[in-house]
Amino acid sequence: MIEEFKKNGVTHIITIPDSETNYLYELMEKDPSLDIIPVAREGETMSTALGLNIAGKVPVCLIQNTGMMEAGDSIRGMALDAGFPLVMVIGYRGWTRHGVVNDTAAKYTEPFLHAFGINYYLVETDDDGSRISSAFEEARATKRPVVVLIGDEYHGFNR
Amino acid sequence: MIEATDVFEAFLPHRGDAIVSATGTAGSHWRDFSTNTSRDISLGGAMGHTTPAAFGLAMGLPDEKVVVFDAEGSLLMNLGVLATIAGKKPANFYHFLLDNGCYATTGGQPVPNSQEINYAGMAREAGYASTYEFDDLEELVTNLESIMQETGPVFVAIKVFAEVQNLPIALRTRRPSRSRMETIVDLQNEIGISAE
Repeated sequence: MIEEFKKNGVTHIITIPDSETNYLYELMEKDPSLDIIPVAREGETMSTALGLNIAGKVPVCLIQNTGMMEAGDSIRGMALDAGFPLVMVIGYRGWTRHGVVNDTAAKYTEPFLHAFGINYYLVETDDDGSRISSAFEEARATKRPVVVLIGDEYHGFNR
Repeated sequence: MIEATDVFEAFLPHRGDAIVSATGTAGSHWRDFSTNTSRDISLGGAMGHTTPAAFGLAMGLPDEKVVVFDAEGSLLMNLGVLATIAGKKPANFYHFLLDNGCYATTGGQPVPNSQEINYAGMAREAGYASTYEFDDLEELVTNLESIMQETGPVFVAIKVFAEVQNLPIALRTRRPSRSRMETIVDLQNEIGISAE
């Protein structure tokens, strides 16, 4: 994930930690090329990203699907209407790979993205990593938000 | 209480090259005072999100002063941003709050607990570098020069008179203004930021 960020020139990670991203957070903190901006509520990630985009930086929003849904108006007014590329990396809490879904956060995630017309890529393993760059390419080409859904926990390589 | 127009008249001599974003009913008067519109930027689009966007701009342009004129209804919708801003401590960020105690655009309904809330207190306890509160124009005028020389993030809460709008939206006169993207492009050209 971090290598994909660096490959795509990411400068800032705007984030609220979730149950899937602890190990990723630790690695990001150690990387001097990434400025982590912790926020208090997920909607701030899109508006903060707009300011950073205007400034010529490359931000990424890193939040959970629950927070993505909370952030609906910010996604509308500060991302979809903004005219800037934006990759949003979204933890797919409740994803069961087409199994029985017991978590409504998972149930509503993709319909939410469909309703907003936001395209998304699913990443479940390291082999899917190149999809992250695809998301960046699409975001740059369309100047719209593109989502990367993370369908698994980030694994700590040093644990 | 202070007229919003008096706030901007007092602020103008101390603006320097600061990038300024203003939101809310009171903030709309800034366009009548600004003498450097290429450094004015519209960051509205979702209520409560002008200030985080201005914060992002400040984080991305650490050598530029960034001033946001916020409104209390907007701040209350995204109150956690005080912690966010205090946590990153942008030295170039100046957060003014024009507090008229109500939602002026929708007919003047009071914001929750408008008579008792202390926004400067909240910013202070969130960890802003310095905070101020004014309800007297003379005191504001006396302090603005030194405030704009301080290391941020600085929070300045100002009690202003409400300008309640009661006309239905369809009947209100809209003044011509640049779109958000136009203000963004003008600022980027002014500062020399490539659009690509």
